[in-house]
Amino acid sequence: MKKFKEKLSGRIFFILALSTISALVLITIFIFVEGMPLIAEVGLFNFIFGMVWSPSQGHFGIFPMIVGTVSVTFGAALIGIPVGICCSIFMAEFAPARMRSIFRPAIQLLAGIPSVVYGFWGLIYIVPIIRDRLGGPGLSVLAGSVILAIMILPTIISISEVSIMALPRHYKEGALALGMTHWQTIWRVQLPAAKSGIVAGVILGIGRAVGETMVVIMVLGNAVALPESILDPVRTLTTNIGIEMGYAAGKHQQALFATGIVLFILIMILNITAQIITRRKSK
Amino acid sequence: MKHYIQVGLLSVLLLSVNLLSSCMAGKAHGGLNPTTVIVAGSTSVQPYVEILVEEYRLLYPDNAVGVQGGGSSAGIRAVLNEIAEIGMSSRALNQEEKELGLWSVEIALDGLAIVVHPDNKVENLTMEQVRDIYSRKITNWSEVNGEDRKIHIISREEGSGTRSAFQDLVMGDEMIAPRAIVQNSNGAVRQLVSSDRNAIGFISLGLAEPQPGLQPVKALNLDGFSPTQENVLSGEYELYRAFLFISEDEPTGAARHFVSFVLSEEGQRILSGEGLIPAREMALTGGEGVSDEEV
Repeated sequence: MKKFKEKLSGRIFFILALSTISALVLITIFIFVEGMPLIAEVGLFNFIFGMVWSPSQGHFGIFPMIVGTVSVTFGAALIGIPVGICCSIFMAEFAPARMRSIFRPAIQLLAGIPSVVYGFWGLIYIVPIIRDRLGGPGLSVLAGSVILAIMILPTIISISEVSIMALPRHYKEGALALGMTHWQTIWRVQLPAAKSGIVAGVILGIGRAVGETMVVIMVLGNAVALPESILDPVRTLTTNIGIEMGYAAGKHQQALFATGIVLFILIMILNITAQIITRRKSK
Repeated sequence: MKHYIQVGLLSVLLLSVNLLSSCMAGKAHGGLNPTTVIVAGSTSVQPYVEILVEEYRLLYPDNAVGVQGGGSSAGIRAVLNEIAEIGMSSRALNQEEKELGLWSVEIALDGLAIVVHPDNKVENLTMEQVRDIYSRKITNWSEVNGEDRKIHIISREEGSGTRSAFQDLVMGDEMIAPRAIVQNSNGAVRQLVSSDRNAIGFISLGLAEPQPGLQPVKALNLDGFSPTQENVLSGEYELYRAFLFISEDEPTGAARHFVSFVLSEEGQRILSGEGLIPAREMALTGGEGVSDEEV
């Protein structure tokens, strides 16, 4: 009887675990089935490198949006990575225990703020500041980068901090005993040793920036054109789907699913890279 | 072990099929009782129909009508999939949709207002100037008697009824510049224009008027005519589009009753009060006649 119960519970958990994976499989199949016909029709090259997006006139080029996604993500990384890593070093190395006990939940709270709130805040505060101080319409690559940078901070900070804290004590003790200063120890010993964890955190953060939708719809301006400066509006792959899905039908809808395929592959690559890097570390 | 996997996979499949089918079933009835008339589609038309439904409910408490958004195309799709009895559209049917033999009726006309920031000195634009601004042949307000400032053009997303009306009425064969900022609702365009001195946008006429709690926008005159109901009716203000009700066939029963209410004097009076131009008056000046039986 006991054995039976054991077996039964094992099976139930197995089925529940499978249902998670089957959700992934179902969604993946669905996206590809819906989107592939259009890519096949337009041609992969024309779809990815096409400059004109005008589904009602039969133009399906998403290159400006790929550039949009890359530029906004790059901007967010440029601001978010240094701040995030410095913050994690501070938390792991410098902060007294009491301060850490305030900082850590505060940063986790930052991750818990719904993205629509970030977007709204950006639209009401960041966008007008950019418009008044720097010119342009305000809705811009810069606005998106600043807000996404804040949004990816918690991911970068918590993963980097954990990987610095997880280093064996003797790394630090040895370095200090050899006469290195605290800063030299951090820069020459601890950061290189924790590199894989930090890189994984950064990549996961970037993955979040690439996939973010609500915020960028609100602050990027959604123009389908290559940006000439960081003050120009752009559209990302996610916004393209988010902004047009309500009205899309037929080929237009397929084209949005096809955009989803590109996005899906992009995020898969990022996540797999992060996995490989963390796995290499644990060997 | 293999056996477990088979059993597991099978049950997961069954589970998902079950879930999917129950989702679909839920959608078909909208979670309401089966006699409810579902009206779905354009988010431009939706607020007006919601007001109509409120009145309709007071007059006929036994007849239930549910209103859903989703966009013009989604509305037409919902009608084809028999998820909704009536679709709302803020654009004319395209060729593809016409070939399906759908039934449609004009419920009202809606003017499109070209709006700018209240501090903008420009009062009037010609149709050609609007076209040139949106195709970026004109990029500075000084070229249209305004201040020396760059123009920020704001448009709607591809597929929006308002955008396709603007494309047809103003742009013709010209393309709206890809560099235009795109917002996905009338409200978002209005909000942006009200906060950016250099911006120009187009929104539903009813929404261009001052609203409590919202910063104002200024609706420009077009070719010298101000965007008012009267000027649309007389044909002098040329930017307007029709709001349509769409159905697979001419509606019957409860759906027909609601459509007749919308087209009745009472329904049209309500729409007119909300800033739309009644369809029946347009019908008198040359459009198709609309009969209002049963009400």
